[in-house]
Amino acid sequence: MTVDATAPPGKRMTVPPPRDTLGRRGSVFLSRHRRLRLTLLLSAPLFWLGLIYIVALVALLITSLWTVDTFTGQISQTWTLENIITVLTGSLYQTVTVRTVGVALLVTIVDIVIALPIAFYMAKVASPRMQRILVIAVLMPLWASYLVKAYAWRSVLSQEGILNWLLAPFGGESPGYGLPATIITLSYLWLPYVILPIYAGLERVPDSLLEASSDLGGKTVSTLRLVVLPIIWPAIIAGSIFSFSLSLGDYITVNIVGGANQLLGNLVYTNVGAANNLPLAAAIALIPIVIIFGYLATVRRTGALENL
Amino acid sequence: MRLSRAARGILGGLTVLVLAGIYLPLFVVFVNSFSTSTSLSWPPPGFTLEWWAKAFRSEGALDALVTSVQIASVSTLIALVLGTLISLALQRYSFFGREAVSLLVILPIALPGIITGIALNNAFRTILGVQLSIYTVIVAHATFCIVTVFNNVIARLRRLGTSIEDASADLGAGLWTTFRLITFPQLRSALFAGGLLAFALSFDEIIVTTFTAGAGVKTLPLWILDNLFRPNQAPVVNVIAVVLVIVSIIPIYIAQRIAGAEKIVR
Repeated sequence: MTVDATAPPGKRMTVPPPRDTLGRRGSVFLSRHRRLRLTLLLSAPLFWLGLIYIVALVALLITSLWTVDTFTGQISQTWTLENIITVLTGSLYQTVTVRTVGVALLVTIVDIVIALPIAFYMAKVASPRMQRILVIAVLMPLWASYLVKAYAWRSVLSQEGILNWLLAPFGGESPGYGLPATIITLSYLWLPYVILPIYAGLERVPDSLLEASSDLGGKTVSTLRLVVLPIIWPAIIAGSIFSFSLSLGDYITVNIVGGANQLLGNLVYTNVGAANNLPLAAAIALIPIVIIFGYLATVRRTGALENL
Repeated sequence: MRLSRAARGILGGLTVLVLAGIYLPLFVVFVNSFSTSTSLSWPPPGFTLEWWAKAFRSEGALDALVTSVQIASVSTLIALVLGTLISLALQRYSFFGREAVSLLVILPIALPGIITGIALNNAFRTILGVQLSIYTVIVAHATFCIVTVFNNVIARLRRLGTSIEDASADLGAGLWTTFRLITFPQLRSALFAGGLLAFALSFDEIIVTTFTAGAGVKTLPLWILDNLFRPNQAPVVNVIAVVLVIVSIIPIYIAQRIAGAEKIVR
């Protein structure tokens, strides 16, 4: 800060005290009361999330303990564990749960395997200019509608599609519609959500660390395994939360490219809509809720939740 | 670790391959928007501009676009306010239940959309007794958009520290003045990035929307879902997708410019 040159030497500038307005008093009062400040900050968001979201979730869970009157189709509020038992013991639900978790895990693995090299190239090899272009290139497909992309894969994988046309000269053919097509399409849809956190994680790895490792005789593979991987692990987990949970609830992609296969989302959807059985749908919804909570609890320690 | 020429080459090759894979379906969408085949067969049998002309005259699509922009703008605005408040609280204060609050913010995005969808549908209709409308969609979207703003803002707050704010307070500025002149300008680009993601998230959302939209409310994804499997409408949908991707370059480019400029300043 510069000293006021017009002020005569030896004479201090005096700053007038702030005017004592109502706003000023409020501000002073607030800065003396930390708790009150925190309460004011938190009340609106907690009111929103708590009242709207948590109440809705709890209500849904309670609904799973009720049943539907078969004559009127109305929900009757008699307490029963019937729906939960049906979901836990029904072979349909067990098969579909295993299939859904399998699809979600495979999608996550495929996405991580694809994301690691491209994220590494973006963060550590590409020039700053190239880096910016690549980030845009990865982000842009995110803005093409989810439905259009799923439908594009339907067209790519179809009998008269571009994949058959490309592979035919080599004797290959498109996998057609089914679970493999579902896994391909879901991996495609969530890939940017996995690349971005891993890229951000890799950007935070200082180059000096990599050089130190190589100066100390670390080979590329051991540097990657012992230095890079531990640092970006939370970022990988953060990306996996997206691909895993988004796949776990999907029912539209599997309708478009999955053939006759059903995932948990389809079961919930048909029970809410066509079957008009919200209590059973709520009971089925408990499966992904439990799985996600389990997953979040396991990964919480890695600090991944702060990398989302 | 110094990467050998070969390793750089392989990484570069893989990157090109992945990008090719990312853009192949989009390329197919682009080409099919000019194709005379309504069943999207490959290679396209002929060239036509019919779908482009139809798309720009399609009132259903244009109305849906306006609805989507309205919903996404309002939910983004709500998410910006709530997300900023909650990240200030979590970053600047430690209190009992802090972890639970941060889990609460993540939950609407971590739980599958269909669960959020039926939970909110059930809550609106049976607990609150509200008719589903455009407002219920906005409430639902704002709920899961908070997390994108929260993530961006809290990451920025962590980096900033409080020394400049403390200096402002020492010089006599009130809380509001400090926020307006010190905190907010430093958060601006994080708010832009978070808001952009929130907007995109809301704009493209289909599952939660299906369950929370009133009878007359048709967002663009809902319109696309209605028209995707109609033989004469699928190419029109392709045109709309192409336009969206091209238009999206502008906000992404701006966000990148802002982020890039800040890196240099730092």
